Amino acid sequence: MSAVLELKGLTKRFGGLAAVNDVSFAVREGGISGLIGPNGAGKTTIFNLITGVYKVSGGTIEFRGLPVQNKEPFQIAGLGITRTFQNIRLFKELSVFDNVLTACHASAKYGLAEAILRLPRFRREEKALHEKAASLLEIMGLQDRVDVTANNLPYGLQRRLEITRALALDPKLLLLDEPAAGMNPDETEQLMRLIAEVRSRFELSVLVIEHHMDLIMGVCEHIHVLSFGCTLADGTPDEVANDPKVVEAYLGAEEAKK
Amino acid sequence: MEYIQGIAILIGINLIAVLGLSILTGFTGLFSFGHGGFMAIGAYISAIVTARLHLPFALAIVAGAASAGLVSIFIGRLTLKLKGDYFCIATMGFGEAVRVILNNIDYVGGARGWESLPQLTSIWVVLGLDIAAVIVAWNLINSRHGRNMVAVREEELAAQMAGIDVYGHKMIALVVSAAMAGIAGALMANYIQFIRPTMFNMAKSTDLTIMVIFGGLGSISGSIVGTFLLVSLPELFRNFAQWRLVIYGLAVVVIMVGRPKGVMGGFELTPSGVRRSMAARRARLALEAEARALEREGAA
Repeated sequence: MSAVLELKGLTKRFGGLAAVNDVSFAVREGGISGLIGPNGAGKTTIFNLITGVYKVSGGTIEFRGLPVQNKEPFQIAGLGITRTFQNIRLFKELSVFDNVLTACHASAKYGLAEAILRLPRFRREEKALHEKAASLLEIMGLQDRVDVTANNLPYGLQRRLEITRALALDPKLLLLDEPAAGMNPDETEQLMRLIAEVRSRFELSVLVIEHHMDLIMGVCEHIHVLSFGCTLADGTPDEVANDPKVVEAYLGAEEAKK
Repeated sequence: MEYIQGIAILIGINLIAVLGLSILTGFTGLFSFGHGGFMAIGAYISAIVTARLHLPFALAIVAGAASAGLVSIFIGRLTLKLKGDYFCIATMGFGEAVRVILNNIDYVGGARGWESLPQLTSIWVVLGLDIAAVIVAWNLINSRHGRNMVAVREEELAAQMAGIDVYGHKMIALVVSAAMAGIAGALMANYIQFIRPTMFNMAKSTDLTIMVIFGGLGSISGSIVGTFLLVSLPELFRNFAQWRLVIYGLAVVVIMVGRPKGVMGGFELTPSGVRRSMAARRARLALEAEARALEREGAA
């Protein structure tokens, strides 16, 4: 099985603090992998390194065999890595439709002059963009909400819209940062099904950060565990769940002995 | 009649600068207090081309727009990586720097100003350029470039993750707005036939920004309304000379308190704009009704 994303010795230091220290793992092509660890373990920092929000202090990030560390975030997005955020970041004042339409832009090539002069290529590509956004919203079950201002959507649908917007870029790798945060068990269950469905329908790989163990154990095929910026364990859900070091990190040494 | 035409020309000239600034501030979310500086560059370059080089006015307008645009690329490289407020302060510094530099160039009259420039700006030139400016602004905003700018305004980090070159789009907005301010400056110089650095001071820059905010951020039609009202208002009250600026200030305060998003914030007065805002309203009401129904179900 080839890896779509491979981190080798990834390190990020903020002054004297190593937020991520020599972390290596791979995301399998077409797989759903989980990234877990206690608060402050460096999970979101790793997402920020992969997507270019932070500059890497050491180590490499390879995406489909190409090094991508220290590229600009929009270039990395263009290569096919997109993400959602722990605290949802939608284009709040825009409609649901425009949120997705904006993210479809990567598939249009017309230039500024063509737009201002309304040349044929502009018309053709605009039409294609609108169709793409509409069909994506339909697939994701948001077709009845296209006119709603994103800010007014209920919480669960905002999450769904954020994932839809990420899919509009035709990504090869989707990074989900705590997608089930603030969801009840029912909604989490729905989200699990959605993630699995998105993976097979759009033929992409998924890396998910999550605290809901049900979700992680339910959908992930591979899990990487972090603690204080370092790798603690790496393996299948069963292996990880039975690893004494992982149990200790989550429950504390005293509890783990019982 | 001539007086009315004079006001119309002033409105038209300001409109071009305000539409440009609307793209930068209203749609891309960057506040500038230095666009008077770009107007000054357009005005002085146009004056040089027409009064010193005796070349055609059309060329002077193009030269004014191009030089303001070029300078803005340089300024953009230095300042566009700055976060929100810092960019605003940097533009303020730029505007003042232009004024002080012009004060010290004797070739263009220095602080005393530059008199008896040729009068070349007619109502028809202004009208034609206004129509062109509205079309350019409208087509730009309703393209992928314009929507990217709005995304940058709404949520910069998410825009980057959506593959949008944030810096590049801020640059496009800045250059377009500067070039349009340059055109306005060129028209101004060859209309009132007299230019002086203090005409393009921070008060002028602030005036432009107030017109954008007053009309409503993120609305082309709002910027048009804002320019009409705020340029003509002081003229209407010219009879109460000492009171007119008070009334002007009061009008701005009333709008900002009563309608913090400006007269038409985020709304376009066009058939499609009206349809969109009605659809958004309907969708919101439907959502609220659904939420209430769910609540009743939960209670029962």
